[in-house]
Amino acid sequence: MKIFVPADSAALALGADDVAAAITQQARARGLTVELVRNGTRGMIWLEPLVEVEIDGVRHGFGPATPGDADAILDGSSPKALGPVDELDWMRNQTRLTFARCGIIDPLSLGDYQAHGGLAGLRRAIAMTGADIVDEVTKSGLRGRGGAGFPTGIKWNTVLGAQAAQKYIVCNADEGDSGTFADRMIMEGDPFTLIEGMAIAGLGVGATRGYVYLRSEYPDAISVMTRAVEIARAAGVLGPDVLGSGRAFDMEIRKGAGAYVCGEETSLLNSLEGKRGVVRAKPPLPALEGFLGQPTVVNNVISLATVPVIFEKGAQFYADFGQGRSRGTVTLQIAGNVARGGLFETAFGMPLGTVVNDIAGGTASGRPVKAVQVGGPLGAYMPVSKFDTALGYEEFDAAGGLIGHAGLVVFDDSADMLRMARFAMEFCAVESCGKCTPCRIGAVRGVETIDRIAAGDGAAIPLLTDLCETMKDGSLCALGGFTPFPVMSALTHFPDDFARMKEAAE
Amino acid sequence: MTLSAPATETDDMRAIIAQHLHLEGPLLPILHAFQDAFGHIPAAASPLITEALNISRAELHGVISFYHDFRENPAGRHVLKICRAEACQAVGGNALAESTLRKLGLDWHGTTANGAVTVEPVYCLGLCACGPAVMVDGRVLGRVDTARMDAVLAEAGA
Ligand SMILES: Cc1cc2nc3c(=O)[nH]c(=O)nc-3n(C[C@H](O)[C@H](O)[C@H](O)COP(=O)(O)O)c2cc1C
Ligand code: FES
Repeated sequence: MKIFVPADSAALALGADDVAAAITQQARARGLTVELVRNGTRGMIWLEPLVEVEIDGVRHGFGPATPGDADAILDGSSPKALGPVDELDWMRNQTRLTFARCGIIDPLSLGDYQAHGGLAGLRRAIAMTGADIVDEVTKSGLRGRGGAGFPTGIKWNTVLGAQAAQKYIVCNADEGDSGTFADRMIMEGDPFTLIEGMAIAGLGVGATRGYVYLRSEYPDAISVMTRAVEIARAAGVLGPDVLGSGRAFDMEIRKGAGAYVCGEETSLLNSLEGKRGVVRAKPPLPALEGFLGQPTVVNNVISLATVPVIFEKGAQFYADFGQGRSRGTVTLQIAGNVARGGLFETAFGMPLGTVVNDIAGGTASGRPVKAVQVGGPLGAYMPVSKFDTALGYEEFDAAGGLIGHAGLVVFDDSADMLRMARFAMEFCAVESCGKCTPCRIGAVRGVETIDRIAAGDGAAIPLLTDLCETMKDGSLCALGGFTPFPVMSALTHFPDDFARMKEAAE
Repeated sequence: MTLSAPATETDDMRAIIAQHLHLEGPLLPILHAFQDAFGHIPAAASPLITEALNISRAELHGVISFYHDFRENPAGRHVLKICRAEACQAVGGNALAESTLRKLGLDWHGTTANGAVTVEPVYCLGLCACGPAVMVDGRVLGRVDTARMDAVLAEAGA
């Protein structure tokens, strides 16, 4: 009997270890031989811990499971039975390319990984020239999933063209945005995908060394990735002779130290070098002068983890999904006050409202949705009136928002948008690296100005608008530059939350 | 107990540094290693680090003080991190944080009088679909309500 109990942090946070222990104990009491696999999560977080029992090759789900359910799960009588997991609407309605294996395989079994298509992409890349590898990525239409949406192939091409004795691949696993967990989920559930993607990047641009800068808030991901790198190295996937190609690529996991701004790529590079994580002025681009001054690819986890499937199935296959200039799939992370939260991968183009109302089933509280913050703490609050906006880079830009790392945080009508705007400024003040004045000082003044508005001083509203303009135009990076997005969208779309206070004071 | 603690401790510290010197950009790994071993970065480590890496005391202080993770003084026996970020706020994270701090009579970064628990803010633990989320000494918990929090605090001896 094969049973799966996820060891993803979200599952652990909801008690998966206790469920796994109860199942092992009950099975022993019954004299059953059980093979217990600690998989990643399927992404249906509202069903975690989601236990799966394999019967005749079909995986049947039970969730959300508690230790008390172990008995009934083993004899098949549990009221938590969900039926075959692959038949659930949430699974059937997705296009799982990047997350194809996540939740399915044993994350640290290289055998499992290969049985599900793993390493096919790297094997294909080994037979190609660097220029052809880069060209394949360009043709796939892949754009950076870390926030800015910059075409990955163009970035790689710059590094390919740079002459240097040492080049680097740096994976940005700082995932600081609230509402996002795709990076964590894939690192915990399918770590070899990221390793394979980085190796392909290395072969493509001629880099032999890689780093994953992984935030310290993710101890479980750090431990899985660290073991995965050791396993990959022992198997010759990493090292001086990648899969017998005669070409070298190796990598290390580096732990962040709790600074949001270190997700910004130049700040990240400073941090990796052992300096304060202050933002560097661009140019020079990291692609030309990055880690230790050498040409460096900096890519998000999801960007790199998507590379293997592009090489396995072909650039055209990937590019055939999506809409407009947003090709392939978007790995949505649905969070906050939602009935069904989790990871949902789908081709670009789905309207925001469909995701929130149909996929996520509206709010968990059952109250009406008030706003959805898309793209993390630097993303706009989208009101319900903008729910027809299609999930695409250009479409969101036109609607005054951004997709960012594709996190969606849903709020019900009890949310106080003035308080959320204040939080955005406060967060910027706490996390500013301090290099530029509009961000360092502007955010502090922003908190004060919003407090004036809250105290009934309506005259402070134009001041806030003006301050946001200054931060937007004058900040060195998007921390100060984009904090006006949540603030101004809250003010513009929910003016009552800013005016209500004024009436109260009068 | 031996009385020669300082000498062995210095040796231990030098060993921690030496283990990381081959790395490109060794400072953060060194600081993390000190924090793992001592719970904070001991003042006695500073001259050893600056000497080994050939950096100034000001540079080292600049780095230590930049990052939220590093502390120059010991924390409580347990560190409770409560997520303050948006997705947790959407499901009552603020109320949970406020009631916890009130109950303990602490402000953020404070430590209970008996030294059991230090409470720190954290901005997202990647558990945004099962908030409010907290982390106790590296162990994550989701959908934390006041009853669950009370149990956590009791277990930690707060
Ligand atoms: C304040 C700030 C925080 C950021 N945080 C992250 C992050 O956590 N992860 C990430 O991949 N990119 C983050 N970015 C974007 C990076 O600067 C960079 O665009 C990205 O890593 C490039 O990789 P990509 O092209 O694959 O998206 C952040 C940017 C800013 C301004
Ligand atoms: S916002 Fe709290 S865990 Fe992400």
